[in-house]
Amino acid sequence: MALEIDGKNIATDEEGYLENLNDWSKEVAEAMAISEDVNLTDEHWEIINFLREYYEEYQIAPAVRVLTKAVGKRLGADKGNSKYLYSLFPYGPGKQACKYAGLPKPTGCV
Amino acid sequence: MSQTKQFMYVNRKAPYGTVYALESLEVVLIAAAFEQDVSLAFIDDGVYQIVRGQSPKALGMKNFSATYNALGDYDVRKLYVERESLEARGLSADDLMPIVYEDEDDDYAEKPSVQLVSRAEMAAIMAGQDVVLSF
Repeated sequence: MALEIDGKNIATDEEGYLENLNDWSKEVAEAMAISEDVNLTDEHWEIINFLREYYEEYQIAPAVRVLTKAVGKRLGADKGNSKYLYSLFPYGPGKQACKYAGLPKPTGCV
Repeated sequence: MSQTKQFMYVNRKAPYGTVYALESLEVVLIAAAFEQDVSLAFIDDGVYQIVRGQSPKALGMKNFSATYNALGDYDVRKLYVERESLEARGLSADDLMPIVYEDEDDDYAEKPSVQLVSRAEMAAIMAGQDVVLSF
């Protein structure tokens, strides 16, 4: 599979995750979201940017339980809960948000 | 929920050159999601896995040492390091990464996860485990 951004082909795996993490850009995230009928709002970007920072620091995509806890600590309890995160990323905040953030699938996620 | 078991992951090999250290770390992160009582032991060359300032770029390997700092987020708070293994390699506690966890029962104070133990203490800790997995 591949995404086409500004005439350039970006390789993804069969589930739509980037093959090469360095290919990520905001346009890549937007193209992924459009293909899943998601309109990225500031609230989505807050989580996507948080995930990219987490990966930068720890070199892993966090499990959803860890993501939920970490978001709660950073952005407040009203955002650090499954209901809020699933409202933004209905296919699963771990899987879907990590994909838009250009990260690999969370370790241990099937 | 079923009864919690004590799982210990024993790390004996240097971090790069073989895939054991990275595989062990990934298994730990996966197992931690099942809310078991998880601890890690670092013995022999395994102590090099949590040494500060790792730079494997020239080896063409990903530097996954930063990931040990995420263990606290996964509620993995017990990293036992064998003192004799450190000393045999001319290392001390100061050469290890300051890996911490946040204690939610103590206003999220950061507390050290790494504990130096003697060979005899390590043996006793191992004997008390339900499951010991060696990498």
